[in-house]
This record gives sequence, structure tokens and C-alpha cells, in this order.
Amino acid sequence: MTASDNAFSTALALILGLDDTLLGIVSLSLQVSLTAVLLAALVALPLGAALALWRFPGRSAIIVVLNAFMGLPPVVAGLTVYLLLSRAGPLGQFGLLFTPSAMVVAQVLLILPIIAALTRQQVEELHGEYREQLQSLGVSRLRRIPTLLWDARFGLLTVILAGFGRASAEVGAVMIVGGNIDGVTRVMTTAIVLETSKGNLPLALGLGLVLLALVTLINAGAYLVGETARRRLG
Amino acid sequence: MHKLGLALATLSLMGWSMSAVAQDDERFITLASTTSTEQSGLFDAILPQFTEATDIEVRVVAVGTGQAFEIARRGDADSLLVHDTAGEERFVAEGYATERANVMYNDFVVIGPGDDPAGIGDAETVEDAFSRIAEAAAPFASRGDDSGTNRAERRLWEAAGVEPGGEWYRELGSGMGPTLNTAAGMDAYVMADRATWVAFDNRQNLEILFEGDEALFNQYGSLLLSEERHPHLEHDLAQQWHEWLLSEDGQQAIADFELKGQQLFFPNAK
Amino acid sequence: MNDMSHQVPTVATLHFEGASVVHRGQVLLRPLTLSLSDERCTLVMGPNGAGKSLLLRLAHGLLTPSAGRVHWQGGAPRQAMVFQRPVLLKRSALDNLTYALAVNGTPWQSRKNLARKALEHFGLAHLEKRPARVLSGGEQQRLALARAWLLDPEVLFLDEPTAALDPASIRAVEEAVRDFHRRGTRIVMTTHDLHQARRLADDVVLLHEGSLVEHSAAATFFTTPSSPTARAFIEGELVW
Repeated sequence: MTASDNAFSTALALILGLDDTLLGIVSLSLQVSLTAVLLAALVALPLGAALALWRFPGRSAIIVVLNAFMGLPPVVAGLTVYLLLSRAGPLGQFGLLFTPSAMVVAQVLLILPIIAALTRQQVEELHGEYREQLQSLGVSRLRRIPTLLWDARFGLLTVILAGFGRASAEVGAVMIVGGNIDGVTRVMTTAIVLETSKGNLPLALGLGLVLLALVTLINAGAYLVGETARRRLG
Repeated sequence: MHKLGLALATLSLMGWSMSAVAQDDERFITLASTTSTEQSGLFDAILPQFTEATDIEVRVVAVGTGQAFEIARRGDADSLLVHDTAGEERFVAEGYATERANVMYNDFVVIGPGDDPAGIGDAETVEDAFSRIAEAAAPFASRGDDSGTNRAERRLWEAAGVEPGGEWYRELGSGMGPTLNTAAGMDAYVMADRATWVAFDNRQNLEILFEGDEALFNQYGSLLLSEERHPHLEHDLAQQWHEWLLSEDGQQAIADFELKGQQLFFPNAK
Repeated sequence: MNDMSHQVPTVATLHFEGASVVHRGQVLLRPLTLSLSDERCTLVMGPNGAGKSLLLRLAHGLLTPSAGRVHWQGGAPRQAMVFQRPVLLKRSALDNLTYALAVNGTPWQSRKNLARKALEHFGLAHLEKRPARVLSGGEQQRLALARAWLLDPEVLFLDEPTAALDPASIRAVEEAVRDFHRRGTRIVMTTHDLHQARRLADDVVLLHEGSLVEHSAAATFFTTPSSPTARAFIEGELVW
């Protein structure tokens, strides 16, 4: 018997069974990752746009650092957040360790550089096209940030999805800062790790397929929205 | 019009997402414990009984014993249930915990491929079995993660007079489950606690080859953490948990837990 | 447009004083000294690469000269520019116009009304909700003109606005340029279309290989050009 034989039927049974525990895990995964994407985007989109629009000393250094942080190992992000949020750490008094909030913080740390760096690229490209017209209209640089973000919205949707993908697929960071507590901080990926270490490979792979299906669904939805709008708006 | 609908849907999705990070005000304690207790399903069996009796929720962070100590030392857990008696006593001596009590025990077993290339099946003692593995230079998967099991294993090598190392001794730096998965994949010998082994499904060629030596005894202890060191912890609730574990109800709950028809933990609070 | 000599408030004079453009060691525009004054429609002409667009960008302030200076005597007037390939935002036609109004500080209550009037004026009313980027080339250029119209400029720069358009659209653009002129807007426009220049120009600036060749009234330029280059250009002998 191989694990993959059973994985598909296990995944199907999991989805069709609408098991309460699974539903809890899936919705927590979505909640944590969506919140992280939302918070990261709120900061990273304007930050990326500002980096595209302003030339100042140290700008290249910031861009290099952002690009490097796109490859930040999740475990390192997790450990950093763990040390910050631990009772013995600087933010310990808030008691956030081993809560969904801690997982959100870790995921924000992971995806903020991705969204900011890719936003800078896209906005810079668009600004190349718009620069003379905006200058002619007398649009201030601050004002250009929302203008360009809005006009780059379809490209940025993909950027945000990339962030969501990384957030929902990562395990190293949320395992450390969340603690994989049953019913409290157990998400899809940490549940997969747990089932793997129990040697229950079909269930682990089944959960993996559920996660994959979910991420695919979200991506397909976003792609559809993006494509329709793109075709409509040219 | 559908723009408004989309905006409303987005807003409610955001609200729903954010609701996960809202602090709840349930009464709960965070318990740092070992993977063996979590993965065998023991907590699933006994925690509901405790919660029903006391209305206190127990949130288990299951890690290696070494990491569990570290979590408690930093003040990130309210209570500690681990299996490294020597380490636990040191923890008390260092002032991080005020009290330690025996809760239950089970035992370690030595597992290996069914054809037993090192021939440990008829060894007299576990030291003898370990020596034979070393002599045969048969692959041995060690957790190498400073967990309770790992600490016990190192003590056994020492007792056998073997300095493990070389090609055959593979330190994985993983939890019990991943180590068993790896051992199954490379037909290696491995030492595991019985609870994790019984709950483990991906055995392939592995089976128990040696068991029953007193040296393989595996004691679990509960610790009451120091109020002085970490005044912010839920000491009252943690005390209730500690006392329940040692109470008749708690001990009975542990004894009643069975997996695949086997009792996995044996209560032994005095 | 030569008949447009009625009284209108005078616009500031634009002075080029030895303004040049050098990019990566290449001289794109040699030091240029030129004054554009009065209420006129100035056509900047010359073959490709003559420096017409550079002159326009210097005048509009999109470029700063590498040497020399460009300045408005009496302060810079309200200006707008229409590019060869219109740059429109990825929004509806109407939103493109209200955006320009928002930027110039028009109160939001009146933006939509003004924008709709401009769309109507340029025959685009039925396209109000269409995304600007999917309009035809001629419609896009008219939308760009409508946007400029809304800004009520004292000076309007147009950089080869008809280069990529079909004859009907060219007519529409030229009609729009006349409208601006009638409203009292000073026009500075580049083209390499001689017929267009004859139709529109009050005065002509001829550039060749980054140098000013001639600046004279249209009537003079087309009948008795003073330089051999200008003669060759009018007779269509200059290779573009």
C-alpha cells in the first residue's frame, strides 16, 4: 500500500464529510492568512509605490534588503516573532504567543517584503508610462501613489495572491509561534506535519490535497475576476 | 449595484478573518508537553474530562522535552508535563518550578527491521542490545533533538559503554514521528516510547525487537511553575490541573485510555 | 487661423535662452534661443529627430535643459499637453476626466457635470462609461483633448497629435485645436505634415538635426522661406 493511493480517497472523504474539526482548521487557516495578507498589503502597497516614485539615498539598499527578505526562511521569521512575543521578550506583556495573532504577525513578516518588492516593480513600470502625463497634469508624488496603485490593480492582485500563497503554504513559522494547539492554533499545514509525524501519511496527504484545492479555488476566483476586468477595461 | 455587493462581501470576509485574532476570554491554561502524549491521543481522551470537572480549557503545545523546558523557562506556558526526571529535578532546583510529581509511566521499546541484522532480539539487557547494534554497525536513527526520549537514549549508550558515532549512527534532529518515518524508510533501529509507536501507522518493516528491561522505564512528571519567576501565569488554574492529574479521577482517566486495545500509560502518582 | 486676430488677453512670452539638451554625451538639441509671444498658433516642424518633441517638453517643463534656460516672462501660465500616443488611465472615459479635475482642485460636486459637458463637446458623450483604454485611437485622442479642455489652459502643447490617426480623426483633432484657439488658448504644436501646418499655423518654427533653422510668420515661411533647408523642406526634398 502506498500513501498516495489512499490520499485521494481520504481527501475526498474529508471534503465530503465536512468534518467539524477539518472545517475549524480550514477556516482558521483562511482567517489567519487573509488577515496577514490584508495587514501586509496595507503597509506594503504604499511602501512599494513610494519606493518606485522617490529617489533618495539608501533607496537601493532598501530594495536589496526587500528582495533578500523575499527569501526569508519561515523558521527564521517564526523564531524572531517567537522571541519578540515570548513573555521574556520585548512584547511579552501582550501575551500573544501561541495565539492566532502571533501567527498573523509571523506571516505578515514573511509576505510584506514580497508584496512590497513586487509592487515596486509593477508601479515603477506603470509610472514609466504615466510619468509625463501625470507631470503635465501637475499630480504630486503623494497623489500618484493611490493613482498608480489603482491603475496597476490587476497586476497587484497577482502580487497579493503570491503573498497569500506563501502565507497559507508555510509551516515553519506558524508551528513555532502558534504551537499547533488543537482547536486554537492548528492550521492546515501544521495539521499536515502532525499527521505525518504520526505516520498517518494518507491523512496527511489528504489534508495537503484539501489545502491545494482551496488555494487553487481562491486563485481561480481571483484570476477570473482579474481577467474579466482586464478584458473589460483594456 | 454589483460593485456595492462586492464591496460588502469583501468587507464581511475581512471582518470574518480578523475575528480570528480577537482575544477570547475563556479560562484556559497553556500546557507545554511532549509529542508522545499528544500524538498517542492521551490528551484527546483526558482533557475533556478535566474541562468538564473544572471549566478550564487546556491548550497543549506539544514539543520535545528540551523545548518544553525552554518554553516554561521563558514564561510562555502555565504548566509542564514532560518525561525527563533528572531534567525536571534540575528545573525545580534552578527555581523555575516549585513542585514536581510523578504522574504516570510507560516504557521505551527498541524497534528495528523484522530481520534484525544486529540480532538484538535475544539480548539480555538493553545495554547488551545497544552494544550489538554498535558492533554490527547497523543503522540506528536517533532523534538528536534533546527531547526526553533522546536524553534517555544517550544515557543508555553511556551505560552500554558505547560512544555512538560514525556512518551507522544517524542523528536526525526531529520529533519521534518523523524519526520513525525515517527509520522505516532506511530500515534502521530506533528507540521510541511505546505510546507513539502504538499510535504510529507507517511502520513498513519495523517491529518491536527488544522490550521489558527496567532501564527502559519512562516516567512522566507534572511540574508546578514558580509564581515568583513568572507572576503573570495562570497559577491557580495550573494548580487545579496539577492536582487533578494526581487525583483519583485524573489517574483513573489515564488508566482508562486505550489505543488499539492497549493501555499506553500507567498512572503512578503517590 | 490667420483670421483670429481679435482682442484677447495677452499670454506671457516664452523664452528659450541658449537651452540645450544633452543625453549621455549626445547633443540632442543645440543651444536654442527663441521667443514665442502673442496670441498665436505656433507649429513646430522638422523631420524626425529634429528635436521637436524636446522643444515641446522643455517648454512645458517636462524636461529641464542641460544648459541655458527656459522661462516664462511674467510667470508660467496654465498649461496642458496632448501627447502623440494619449496616456489615459485604466478607468472609464468619464473617470479620466474627473481625475484631472480632482487634481486641479475642482470641488467634487461639480466634477461630473463639467466632465460630461466636455465629453459632449468632443462628441464622446455616448462613451462615458467605456474604459478609456479600449476606445479607438481617434476617440482616445479626443478624450485627451477633452481632458485638456477641462483644465482651461492658457497654453496648449500638442506633440504630433494626429500622427497615428485616420483622416476623419485628424479632422476632428484639427477642429478641436481651432476650438481651443477660438477660446483664446495659445497653441504650440509639432507636426511633420505640411498640409496640416498650412491649415493651422500662424507662425512656424523649423528645426533640423537639433538646430533652429527658421522662425517666421506662416505666410512668409510658406511663400518666401529664408534658408535653403526650409526651401528643401517645403518642397518635400528633405528625407524624413
